[in-house]
Amino acid sequence: MKLKSLLMGATMLACMGPAALAETITIATVNNGDMIRMQGLTDDFTAKTGIDVEWVTLEENVLRQRVTTDISTKGGQFDIMTIGMYETPIWAKNDWLVALNDLPDSYDVNDILPAMRGGLSVDGTLYAAPFYGESSMIMYRTDLMEKAGLTMPDAPTWDFVADAARKMTDKGNEIYGVCLRGKAGWGENMAFLTAMSNSFGARWFDMDWNAQFDSDAWKKTLTFYLDLMNDAGPPGAANNGFNENLALFQQGKCGMWIDATVAASFVTNPKDSTVADKVGFALAPDAGLGKRGNWLWAWALAIPAGTQKEESAKKFIEWATSKDYLALVASKEGWANVPPGSRTSLYENPEYQKVPFAKMTLESINSADPTNPTVDPVPYIGVQFVAIPEFAGIATQVGQEFSAALAGQQTAEQALEKAQALTNEEMEAAGYK
Amino acid sequence: MARAVSTRKKTFYTIAAWAVGLIIFFPILWIFLTSFKTEAEAISDPPSFLFFDWTTENYGVVQERSNYVRFLWNSVILSLGSTVIGLIVAVPAAWAMAFVPGKRTKDVLMWMLSTKMLPAVGVLYPIVLIARYFGIYDSYLLLITVLMLINLPIIVWMLYTYFKEIPVDILEAARMDGATLRDEIIHVLTPMAIPGIASTLLLNVILAWNEAFWTLNLTTVNAAPLTAFIASYSSPEGLFYAKLSAASTMAIAPILILGWFSQKQLVRGLTFGAVK
Repeated sequence: MKLKSLLMGATMLACMGPAALAETITIATVNNGDMIRMQGLTDDFTAKTGIDVEWVTLEENVLRQRVTTDISTKGGQFDIMTIGMYETPIWAKNDWLVALNDLPDSYDVNDILPAMRGGLSVDGTLYAAPFYGESSMIMYRTDLMEKAGLTMPDAPTWDFVADAARKMTDKGNEIYGVCLRGKAGWGENMAFLTAMSNSFGARWFDMDWNAQFDSDAWKKTLTFYLDLMNDAGPPGAANNGFNENLALFQQGKCGMWIDATVAASFVTNPKDSTVADKVGFALAPDAGLGKRGNWLWAWALAIPAGTQKEESAKKFIEWATSKDYLALVASKEGWANVPPGSRTSLYENPEYQKVPFAKMTLESINSADPTNPTVDPVPYIGVQFVAIPEFAGIATQVGQEFSAALAGQQTAEQALEKAQALTNEEMEAAGYK
Repeated sequence: MARAVSTRKKTFYTIAAWAVGLIIFFPILWIFLTSFKTEAEAISDPPSFLFFDWTTENYGVVQERSNYVRFLWNSVILSLGSTVIGLIVAVPAAWAMAFVPGKRTKDVLMWMLSTKMLPAVGVLYPIVLIARYFGIYDSYLLLITVLMLINLPIIVWMLYTYFKEIPVDILEAARMDGATLRDEIIHVLTPMAIPGIASTLLLNVILAWNEAFWTLNLTTVNAAPLTAFIASYSSPEGLFYAKLSAASTMAIAPILILGWFSQKQLVRGLTFGAVK
């Protein structure tokens, strides 16, 4: 009898134990530098709130698959997930995300950059808070530009960029005028090419969801890109994505690189980059049509609808995307390492204005308009993507055609023809037409 | 009369075998070397082979950021657990098919193998929903069951081929001497089949260790094995190849060492049924 009550007491104690302990939230994320820094600073959050954090870091495509599975089956494995600007509006419309509409005044939601806030909201309600935001811009080698006898304007045209790229190219010394993405994928070459096509006045769909790859504007875009890459691009460019081009640029092999603004802090970091002190920045080029070829993206934190720990999750998001967090990173790692592109106040901070790429990053972000991405009107939202669930699949197939054209396996016309056919076919199957 | 193999021929074959072996092993060697480079060195072009400043910095960073031991322990439990349970199911099954074949035994064997031809992702949602229903998502129970089931056809097939090689007369002789079915399997069949069972066990531990679809999709924290550990070092925006290599080296080292010590059984396991 005594033993029994003792056992019961022990069991009760054991059951009470975890309840008295801190709550633990699970966060799914990717292995980007800013996220790694955030993981290192989690202790600050735990000290302030008593909430423990368990990180699950996944490869980007695995993350998307995991998160989609989990969220659509309401699996409840994650309390916070790192998602992008493409997923946010689609998932919010499916009621998969918890609305972030009751953030406290101290959070100052109006401080979030308007472009970011717009891209992460549906009907004016915020569904994901930007952890860091990016656009794309030109990063160029000031020394090579000078050697070519040219001066990069702040807002160059495609013709200037193409001319400069050809002049900077010195294949004998393995210097290539321009490094652009060629690796197939909706988030790889198609992110770049879709943004570029906007500046040439092209669009994915007309107002009735008809594919537009048979337009002159797309033909101009793709031909211009292929000619430029053949004349002034690195060999094997059809396999180059963000990381490959980053490596080339850091090795001093690219004259110009048009890619994510977040790369600016990598290429100017003397620890990894051999050209850290010779990098200049300019806005992505235009073709005189009033639109620039830059994109808009955010890595954002969102709460899936299935979570049991919504309150704690909200507290974490408030912490990780707050002004205080930016100041915390600055105090530990310097202003250049603060997650960029999320808050207006960051760009008003005189300390941050000293960072060489701050101004150009902000201007690039501000010049992208997801609701009005190209010259003609479109039925979709998104600069370098079309915010419909079918886009990732379609654009990856189109990306393969364009990548094959860059590899010399087919002509621009053939690639566009195939892209046109497959896009229309998929859209018809999905019931848009 | 023994066939005379000329020294020249022998030398040629030895060199050719070593060359093929080295080519196949090269990516692993490269991962190992890269794990001792700095991130800048890791992407340098032309790549440096042996003459660079060796650093163990990456291992330090990986050790600091991830709980390696937890991932390792999970890998050990999942691969051993699924293989042992698989063997317990498969030995009687293979025994029945090898020694008391029915009319449809061949068809059953083929049917079992055909389940391997279904793309895994096709049953992802059903399995996720079942796991959620029973509340066993991210648990050893779920992962061991799933890994056991996907490897079961291979285990049964391997054991079946080994058992087929054992002369049925020996079993009959045991039966004549009055051995029960239980005695027959435990005292007669199993000792003779030990080499076969051992190579099946080894091969399946390796298959389960390397399995990267289910282990990534059905785990979060508690049951996440080394595949999840490697995946966490891949970066969409950032060059972390040296750290990724360090993580990969740490993940494959245990299984590589196990493979090294059990080469003989493995070769037999991998080439089963190849030469008859």
